[in-house]
Amino acid sequence: MTVPTQQVETHGLPLREARAGARRRRAARGAREGNRSAYWMVAPATVLLVLFLVVPVLLAFGLSFTNARLISPNPPRFVGLDNFVRAFTSDPTFVRSLVNTFVFAAVVVPLQAGLGLVMAILVNQKLKGVTWFRVIFFVPVVTSIVVISILWDFMYQGDGLINSMIDTITFGASQGTDWLGNPDTALGAIIVLSIWQAVGFHMIIWLSGLQTIPEELYEAARMDGANAWQQFKDVTWPGLRSTMVFILVTITIAALGLFVQIDVMTQGGPRDSTTTLVYHAVRKGYREQETGYGAAISLIFFVIVLVVALIQRFLTREKD
Amino acid sequence: MSATTTTGAPRREAPRVRSAEAGRRGRRRKVLGYLPMVLLALFFLFPLVFMFVSSLKPDAQILGDIDSPQAFLPVGDISTDNYVGVFERVPVARFLLNSVLVTVLIVGLGVIVNSMAGFALSRLEWRGRKVLLTVIIATLIVPFETIAIPMVYWVSKLPTIVIEDGLPMYDFGWLNSYHVQIVPFIANAFSIFLFTQYFSTIPKSFDEAARIDGAGWFTIYRKIIVPLSGPAFATVAILTFLPAWNQYLWPLMVVQQEELRPVMVGMQYFFQVNPAWGEVMAYTSLITLPVLVMFLAFQRAFVSSIASSGVKG
Repeated sequence: MTVPTQQVETHGLPLREARAGARRRRAARGAREGNRSAYWMVAPATVLLVLFLVVPVLLAFGLSFTNARLISPNPPRFVGLDNFVRAFTSDPTFVRSLVNTFVFAAVVVPLQAGLGLVMAILVNQKLKGVTWFRVIFFVPVVTSIVVISILWDFMYQGDGLINSMIDTITFGASQGTDWLGNPDTALGAIIVLSIWQAVGFHMIIWLSGLQTIPEELYEAARMDGANAWQQFKDVTWPGLRSTMVFILVTITIAALGLFVQIDVMTQGGPRDSTTTLVYHAVRKGYREQETGYGAAISLIFFVIVLVVALIQRFLTREKD
Repeated sequence: MSATTTTGAPRREAPRVRSAEAGRRGRRRKVLGYLPMVLLALFFLFPLVFMFVSSLKPDAQILGDIDSPQAFLPVGDISTDNYVGVFERVPVARFLLNSVLVTVLIVGLGVIVNSMAGFALSRLEWRGRKVLLTVIIATLIVPFETIAIPMVYWVSKLPTIVIEDGLPMYDFGWLNSYHVQIVPFIANAFSIFLFTQYFSTIPKSFDEAARIDGAGWFTIYRKIIVPLSGPAFATVAILTFLPAWNQYLWPLMVVQQEELRPVMVGMQYFFQVNPAWGEVMAYTSLITLPVLVMFLAFQRAFVSSIASSGVKG
């Protein structure tokens, strides 16, 4: 801690200088001891992060230029860009996975962000019992996505609950389908349950954004005769800008990582209509043991995530 | 729309004669306020109600009730047979035990390791502090899905100690173990970040006073900072508890041995062409209930933890 010595030095009196010297020495000793303690205290976390985050990231880069296999007597061999060339030119399932992943994200991001905002505004009303609605909307978030996937799998069956409810609501006018067995509806069905599961999370983030907007701004707007819509447009929305960027980015990154629902419900089918980047990476890199190729797909996924994050930085910087 | 349209200064100034009409308008507005929330609540609850109710019914009745509102009501042939069946046919007790063990250790060791790092990063001056903090924050961008495949390869090469013929021996490969499910998830960059943030709001004069009394830095951490940081510990515990309990991709790849598997992967028992849906619903209810009970008991802490994770942006 060097702060006290600096304060003393400015006074510049001889007697004090002597004392200051002693203090400085003590402070230096304290700093050295601080150094040592600090290294001990960050060491466990740092070692673990290096072993299980830094090394795997470096391996993701390294392995994607090799033909490494999970279990193989031969050491990995450098193959240059072969894995990436293979992905884009001779692996139609990869291309399909890329397209599906983008479609999924393009639909989920606006719907989930929008619904989350509507829900946040609803539960931000000063009404009795509103906290309970917050809790109910949040329940799917704390429920495992594995559980939710298998539950919706059951409900989506041809003679399942969803079709029976559609039948009731439309008085039998609409014929259901085997939602997950039909290539035209499978991805859409997964989109619905994914939003159902995660939207409560983003409602809470929107809500904490809403609550940072000072009440006086609304009062001022009302004084000027602004109606509810004008208040939303001119007070609420501008106040939510940084929240919005954060929400869009987190939903996008989560959506690009779509895996569990696919693994539990459709295994990428029917006819590759629901295969995704991460699902394909696991299929190749783990199930078919082609670690090198799987690492290459993971790296492509990472680059896409990085681009999204850079866009976020750009958008938030513009504001300042 | 928002909270602001309810009581406010203008309304109070409104003439008294119109108050009855205003009251009626207020009631209508209240109904309009509740209606969308009630509809949404039904939308969010119906699958889970269906799950819990179905777990109490025989398969034939689940399918028979699907076309009527009875699908959501615990009526008819209600019993706990499905739960008994699950315990008889699936090693669910073992799966639950594994998940509890893994989760408790990840959360418990995690708060210790990450809070110590957060302490050193926020309250001590040392060379390399800023660099390390920057690197840790930068790693937040790496999604686990990116490193999952290389990490399987990596842990399959890590050294481990096995007991053979009563002697400890070196071997390679962490696959099929408890530690492979725990150790990689103890240190967490986001937890470190949250602790660092929280600790830096505690006045530094506390440390200086303790230093004068001759306390070492570890004592200051343990006796002063930890007791003052309950909310940070609760937030980190909650934010690490949920993913630890819900782990799926990682144990799916690194644990083939059935008796080491956690609950989510254990569900694969039911991944077959014609599963016994009553038992599936009993199993999913069983592994969901502990989390739901915890959530309802600590819902305020849960929600504020999630909200605080939004500051990351």
